[in-house]
Amino acid sequence: MSGLNPARRAREFPVRYRLEAARRRGCGHVVVPARLVCPACRGRAWETVTLPAEGKVETFTVIHVGPAEFREDTPYVLAVVELADGTRITTQLADVDPAAVGAGMPVRLEFRRITADGEAGVIAYGHKAVPV
Amino acid sequence: MREVAIIGVGIHPWGELWGDSLRTIWTRAALAALDDAGVDRVDAITVGCMSGGMFVGQEHLGALLADELGMAGTAAMRVESACASGGMALRAGFAEVAAGLADIVLVTGVEKMTDVSGDEATAALATAADAETEVFYGATFPGLYAMMARSHMAKYGTTAEQLAAVAVKNHTHGMLNPNAQYRRRVTVDEVLGSTMVAAPLHILDCSPITDGAAAVVIAEISVARRLAKGRPLVKISGVGSATDRMALHSRADMAALPSTTLAAERAYAMAQRKPADVHLAEVHDCFTIAEIMVLEALGFCRPGEGAAQAPSGRTALGGERPVNTSGGLKSKGHPVGATGVAQVIEIVTQLRGEAGERQVKGARVGLTQNMGGTGASSVVHILEVAS
Repeated sequence: MSGLNPARRAREFPVRYRLEAARRRGCGHVVVPARLVCPACRGRAWETVTLPAEGKVETFTVIHVGPAEFREDTPYVLAVVELADGTRITTQLADVDPAAVGAGMPVRLEFRRITADGEAGVIAYGHKAVPV
Repeated sequence: MREVAIIGVGIHPWGELWGDSLRTIWTRAALAALDDAGVDRVDAITVGCMSGGMFVGQEHLGALLADELGMAGTAAMRVESACASGGMALRAGFAEVAAGLADIVLVTGVEKMTDVSGDEATAALATAADAETEVFYGATFPGLYAMMARSHMAKYGTTAEQLAAVAVKNHTHGMLNPNAQYRRRVTVDEVLGSTMVAAPLHILDCSPITDGAAAVVIAEISVARRLAKGRPLVKISGVGSATDRMALHSRADMAALPSTTLAAERAYAMAQRKPADVHLAEVHDCFTIAEIMVLEALGFCRPGEGAAQAPSGRTALGGERPVNTSGGLKSKGHPVGATGVAQVIEIVTQLRGEAGERQVKGARVGLTQNMGGTGASSVVHILEVAS
C-alpha cells in the first residue's frame, strides 16, 4: 500500500486513532469501520461506539515473507482478534514471541505505528494487539 | 434460456514469459481458440483480468484486445472479480449467448504478472483483500490463507502433511501437462522443508506468479452442433456464482467457503446434477488448504474430510474423482485472470477425450470452481457431453 494519501488517511482516523465503530440501533450488530448498511439486517440507523480494547486471539499466522512496507517487521504475527464484545478484527500482534502465540491468548489493543511512507512521509497509525 | 456449448479452446505454455507482452499472450490463446472452433468472427468478447492496471499499466482491455485480434468493431469488455475474473468472464459470455444477445462469444482470461517486481505483484494481488481492514495491518494472501489453514487444523485436526499431499498430487498431474509452468515432481518432505512464507504455509503450498492467457469460444447449441466437426460437443449445463463477506475475520466460520457452496448449489440446481454425478473437477488451489476447503464446499466430501482426499488417492488421476488433472493452479501456474478459463479448457479437453496421458476414462460430467480473494467471490460451472 505505497503512497499514504493524507486525505485517505484522515478519513480513516476515527477507527485507526479512536477505535470508533458503529452499532446498529435495531439488531445491535457492530461493524468496524462504520458503514451505511448493516450486513446482518440491512438496517441503516447507527450509533457510534468505541470498541473494547480487550480480546483474544481467534486464529493467527506468522508472516515470514511480507510486503515491502512491512519487510523490516518480519517475521511478524498477524491475527484475527475477537474483542470482548464479539467483534472480530485483523491486526498484528506486537511485543510477542511468535512461538508463544496460540489461539485463545488474551490480548489488549494498543495504539502503534503501522507503516511509514518513507523517511519524511506520512506515518500511518492504528492499533496492534499485545499480550495481556 | 438458450443452451450454450463450448466449441473451441485455446491455451499456450504458461510461465515467466519475459519475451511476450500481455497482448501477445492473449492473442496467441484467442487465435488458438478461434482456430479450434473453426470460426473467424464472434459477436462479442469478454476478457477476465484482475489488474492490467497494476501489472502492466493497461486498462480498457476489451477494446485493446479486440483491436489486437483484428476485430475492432466487435463488442468487448473486461470482467473483474479478482482471481475469479476468468470464471466470471465465462459467466458473462454465457449470459450473452443464453439471453440471445449473441450467438458466438470469445471468452478469455489473461494476466501478465512478471513485468513488475515481486513486491509490486504482492501489492497488486493484495487488492483482492480488504484494503482498509486487512491489508493495512500487514495481511498478505498467504497470510490470510494461513489463518484459514490454522482454523481448519484447529477444527478438524488437519495436518501440514495433508496440506503437502495436495501439492504433491497436483505436481504429479502437472508433469503430464505440456502447458504447465512447473512440470516437476515434489515430495511431502520437500514441501515441508521449503521456505516458510506464512506459517503453516510453505512456499510449496503456494501457487506461483505466472504469465498466461486462455480462451474458449462458446455458442448457442444449434450453432455449436453445426460447428462440432464430429467431435463430442461439450455444453455448459450449470452456472453458479456467489459472494461472501469480504474480510476473512467477518465470516462466522473461517474454516469454510460458503460462497463456493452457494455457487455450487446454484450450478447443481441449474444442471439438475448432484456432487456424486461429477466425474472430475478443476478447483481453485491457490494454496493447498484452498483445495481441501473447496472439496468440502462443493459437497464432494463432508466438512472436515477434505484433508484426507489427496493422501487417500481419491482425487488423483486413477482415483474415484480426479481433481486438478491439469496440475491445478499449483503446478500449471496461476495467471489470476486466466485461471478460470484455463480450468474450463482442461475439463473440455477431458470430456472430448483429448487429454492424452492424463485422460480420465469415461469422463462425461466435469466441474470448475474459481474464486476471488479468500473466497469472497466464487463461480462454478458444470460441463457435460451433450447427448
